[in-house]
Amino acid sequence: MKHLLSISDLNAMQAISILDTASELARISDGQVKKLPTLRGRTIVNLFAEDSTRTRISFEAAAKRLSADVINFSAKGSSLSKGESLKDTAQTLQAMGADAVVIRHSASGAAQRLADLEWMSGSVINAGDGTHEHPSQALLDAYTIRKHLGKGSRDLQGVRVAIVGDILHSRVARSNVLLLTLLGAQVVLVAPPTLLPVGVESWPVTISYDFDAVIAQVDVVMMLRVQQERMSDLFFPNSREYSRYFGLNSERMSKMSAQAIVMHPGPMIRGLEISADVADSARSVIVEQVSNGVNVRMAILYVLLAGGPLEMVTN
Amino acid sequence: MSVALSAQDISRALMRISHEILERNHGSSNIVLLGIPTRGAHIAQRIAKNISEIEGREANVGTLDITMYRDDLRLRPPRSIMPTSIPASGIEGKDLILVDDVLFSGRTIRAALDALGEVGRPRTVQLAVLVDRGHRQLPIRADFVGKNIPTSQNQSVKVLVSEVDGIDEVLIEGGE
Repeated sequence: MKHLLSISDLNAMQAISILDTASELARISDGQVKKLPTLRGRTIVNLFAEDSTRTRISFEAAAKRLSADVINFSAKGSSLSKGESLKDTAQTLQAMGADAVVIRHSASGAAQRLADLEWMSGSVINAGDGTHEHPSQALLDAYTIRKHLGKGSRDLQGVRVAIVGDILHSRVARSNVLLLTLLGAQVVLVAPPTLLPVGVESWPVTISYDFDAVIAQVDVVMMLRVQQERMSDLFFPNSREYSRYFGLNSERMSKMSAQAIVMHPGPMIRGLEISADVADSARSVIVEQVSNGVNVRMAILYVLLAGGPLEMVTN
Repeated sequence: MSVALSAQDISRALMRISHEILERNHGSSNIVLLGIPTRGAHIAQRIAKNISEIEGREANVGTLDITMYRDDLRLRPPRSIMPTSIPASGIEGKDLILVDDVLFSGRTIRAALDALGEVGRPRTVQLAVLVDRGHRQLPIRADFVGKNIPTSQNQSVKVLVSEVDGIDEVLIEGGE
């Protein structure tokens, strides 16, 4: 495995080995050891052509804990904002000897293009491309779910997950549907019909328009942000109506089963898709998702960069 | 393929190593055994069991994964990381005995010494191995050796333990 572009490139064993590696790394960093020498002397570039808080700092922290050198590169303040093409940027990174590029881009397929066209020789890690995929987020979500509800098993067999909200614009939802179903979970999408993508019938999921009917039957409620910045049309009448039907408030939360958890990939819009008291409640694992993100991204960097060109050995 | 050590040979060698460790360290009060996964960890457990029986007190034993500290990571496919567990006593000021199945190039032990440096500062670090097959690439030697088996570079030495492989045996393969 050289690149991580899409969850569809992974098989279940590879996904599980990334999650297992992340668990061991979590145990190491919970102990006294905060820094490992594994990627000493390797250079990782964070190329963020779109805004990000969690993903960028989490990849940066992960790379630094593995002793890699990190170069941060964002669209604002670089020549990307002067109109430089992705190709020229990639060739610059190649000339500087980047071993891996973590790319976030508003165009779907940007990471794939970077990997396919061989503008640079290093690994490419997709940190979110347009409305396509965000594989590292899905891996950290699966890791968080497994930790809370896995009951010691390595996959997610039998876990029921509801993904609620703006599925249409969500790369997190796409990657999560692929990964969670790959690991054996059952996924139900809950959204207004206008916020479901074309072709969703062919996804390995069930679809519901009634949040209240679904909420009592699932183990995980994953809320998605309403991505106003990608909305060129009117997708729902107004935000109060959206909140009433598809938002998670404490009244709805009270219908959840006893051990069920609330997740959100962030950034949250409190008061729209999730109410503040739910976000801060004991069921919410939203902050934990962020800290798990560092361990999962360390595992991704380890699997892609630490070894030679062959497949992972599991013993 | 030939059998270098049978189950009985292994059991006798580990019992002798257990006694040697106790003799060198004047009892088990200050020692900590750390096995290197996978098979070194099981061998460490057996030595700890022997020592506990001889001394009549529980020996401190744990595992130390050294994967993240290897200097040959880039020469091989990525390995999965194994658990590390340091006994509650810690390793600070202890006489620490690293346990592995086969001593070959010495690179695993170098990595283990680096990994230990992150965990604490033992008073001494000693090395116990079931098989020393020679061909060192680093200035490292074992304090306690089950059996010295002279080999050629192109042979491979396989240690099988019943916990993982269902049988206790040391095999030498290839190179005839």
